Amino acid sequence: MTESKEARRSQIDLPSGYQVEHDPDDLWGDSRVIVNIGPTHPAMHGALRMVAKLNGETIEKSYCEFGFTHRAKEKLGENRTFHNFTVYTDRLNYCSALINNVTYAMSVEKLMGVEVPERCVWIRMICCELARVMDHLICVGINAVDLGAFSFFLYGFHQREEAYTLVEKLCGARLTTSFTRIGGLMGDAPDGFEKELKAWVEKTRKVIDEMDELLTNNKIWKKRTVGVGVFSKQDCMDYSFSGPNARAAGIDLDLRRDQPCMFYKNVEFDVPVAQNGDVFDRYMVRINEIRQSLNILSQCADKMKKGPIWSEDKRVRIPEKTVVHNTMEGLIHHFKFFMTGFEVPAGEAYTQFEAANGELGFYIVSKGATRAHRMRIRGPSVWHFQALSPMVEGEKIADMVAALGSINIIAGELDR
Amino acid sequence: METFDWIEVGAKAAFLVIVLLQVVPIMVWVERRGSALMQNRLGPNRCGPLGLLQSLADVVKFLWKEDPVPGHVEPFYYLLAPLVSVVPAFMTFAVIPFASSIQIGTHTVHFQVADLNVGLLYVFSIASLGVYGIIMAGWASNNKYTMLGSLRSSSQMISYELSMGLSVIGIIMTFSSLKLGDIAQQQGQFITQIGPIVLPEWLAIPRWGIFLQPLGFLIFLVSVFAETNRLPFDLPEGESELVAGYHLEYGAMKFALFMMAEYLNMTTASGLLATLYFGGWQLLPGMHTILGLVQSSLGLTGMAAEWARVLFEGTSFSIKTAFFMWFFVWVRWTLPRFRYDQLMDLGWKVMLPLSLANIFITAILTFYGWV
Repeated sequence: MTESKEARRSQIDLPSGYQVEHDPDDLWGDSRVIVNIGPTHPAMHGALRMVAKLNGETIEKSYCEFGFTHRAKEKLGENRTFHNFTVYTDRLNYCSALINNVTYAMSVEKLMGVEVPERCVWIRMICCELARVMDHLICVGINAVDLGAFSFFLYGFHQREEAYTLVEKLCGARLTTSFTRIGGLMGDAPDGFEKELKAWVEKTRKVIDEMDELLTNNKIWKKRTVGVGVFSKQDCMDYSFSGPNARAAGIDLDLRRDQPCMFYKNVEFDVPVAQNGDVFDRYMVRINEIRQSLNILSQCADKMKKGPIWSEDKRVRIPEKTVVHNTMEGLIHHFKFFMTGFEVPAGEAYTQFEAANGELGFYIVSKGATRAHRMRIRGPSVWHFQALSPMVEGEKIADMVAALGSINIIAGELDR
Repeated sequence: METFDWIEVGAKAAFLVIVLLQVVPIMVWVERRGSALMQNRLGPNRCGPLGLLQSLADVVKFLWKEDPVPGHVEPFYYLLAPLVSVVPAFMTFAVIPFASSIQIGTHTVHFQVADLNVGLLYVFSIASLGVYGIIMAGWASNNKYTMLGSLRSSSQMISYELSMGLSVIGIIMTFSSLKLGDIAQQQGQFITQIGPIVLPEWLAIPRWGIFLQPLGFLIFLVSVFAETNRLPFDLPEGESELVAGYHLEYGAMKFALFMMAEYLNMTTASGLLATLYFGGWQLLPGMHTILGLVQSSLGLTGMAAEWARVLFEGTSFSIKTAFFMWFFVWVRWTLPRFRYDQLMDLGWKVMLPLSLANIFITAILTFYGWV
């Protein structure tokens, strides 16, 4: 790879007098080996690309690229009705699709001033915490697989599948849930759901303890993770980190506690914080957060009561099937609801929520139509992925894999 | 050599090759089902009883796959590399005895393809040939990941061969022989005294390598993990960062040969561990009684009794070897992987000084006649 960028560019017909600027970030200047990691590399979770200049096994310099799975989600938000867009939110962070559903529903409800009944909020909270546990389980699991601990991953994954079965009981789908509706839910939780949830919580508590015992004090695991991929508190602030990755570096920030929405005020939970901001701390924060989420889940199951799940607001409420099938007005209402959608009053709102990876935000501008005028989604992975290059500079390739796994980049919410 | 000797060597070599070829698919099955057992899964269970025929199905698949040679490789070395790594893997086992000798007419038949007087040196020299296959594969594939994998592998193997070779010197000192047959033979005795302390009659500790060389055993155990590229030292393959390491560009049967070499190396390493540290073919405690019972109840005398003994010794050796092979699988599915520089640190800063200390201590003890 001795060929420089200039040499390669000179093969292209450039207009006469065109000067190639010297790029300070150019990796191709000297004869070091350049390795192209991704976009189809097993260690890259999703289509991500890193180009690294290696000195032996040490990464001297690198840059990251993303956008391989860009699907123009935000533009789609401007071309679909508010109701239609729910299904697109599943594909943001597909490891915790339910949190995206809930946050999107909350943001439109905020814009419309719709209140949802109590039971609906409890079910939404259960959804959020279930999704958080699933997301964290896959993050710590995949991180361990990258470092060679395969059994650890499967213990967690088994429990994650059980959680999916619970989700399936709620909405019939496992991965792309589309469970929420604006002003309500797709359906009520089935009878006995609380009991099954509590049984799952107890089982998962045991599994988490087991996983903790297997890996946390393992000497090799500590060697591979402690002091690796360090990102200090200041760096995290500069790069706008949020969620478990920021908490691992000592930023005590959790939107569930600091900006309580839903009923997070009514449940008790701690926010685990670590200090060093390395791979091990991110792992520990996630493991402890799973425990806290399990606490919240069992409290939710206790506090949940029977009741309606739909808002009384006629604008957003999907008409009952009996009304649709038996009355002309109901049929027209149903037709209009799904064909043109409901109008959202003009205004703009930004709603953020503590998603599994960090702050997930929907910024919606409405001009009174059935579609958003502008839609902007803040996916936490964008900020985290930008930090990968500085995080791994001067470290080994194997550390890059560990660092990438620990910040849990999900290509869906990164590229949108 | 007489005709009998030729037949004897030929028969033993053929027997060994056939057995080793059977061990590979069985090991693959054990690894899959064993890992499934540890991970609350089922594992392959569709082909044959308990999925035992799965390996056979895999072999058929490997044989029938298209066998392309990518355009950017160096064809000669690319094709040679799998052979270079699989042949030494077969050869190493030649000096490992799997039973004691038997008298047929005037001939003494050793159950060992060749009882070389440089036995252990032969093992190390042949085992280190295997690394050439990996280096060749990495270089000839003309790919950056394979190159990194083969560089890792060469430095790893050289570092760990050092501590592996040095850890065995303790064994050579205590048994005063390089012949693996002799080493196994001597482990049939019992430890009668530790230094000045004379042990009582009833405390019959066999004179196995592990009791004489516990530190040497540990060093050897760790080193063979590195030598066979198994987790936690599977850096040449480095699945997550190097995709598949040195065999990234290989497919079909050529890939299968690399996999065979890995499992054969595991088998040889387990055989060596059993021979050097666990008495080799010496019967396990309690097997003497069973053998006596079998011989007396069936009324075996003369040659038949001898063959029964050989069968028991072979079984004992197989049990010991199988245990270590299971140990390889067990460790693989429990521990995470080291990082390259940490592996080197461990090799040069911990294993090497420890193995030197082991030699030093053994030398002193041997000089004063304590072991």
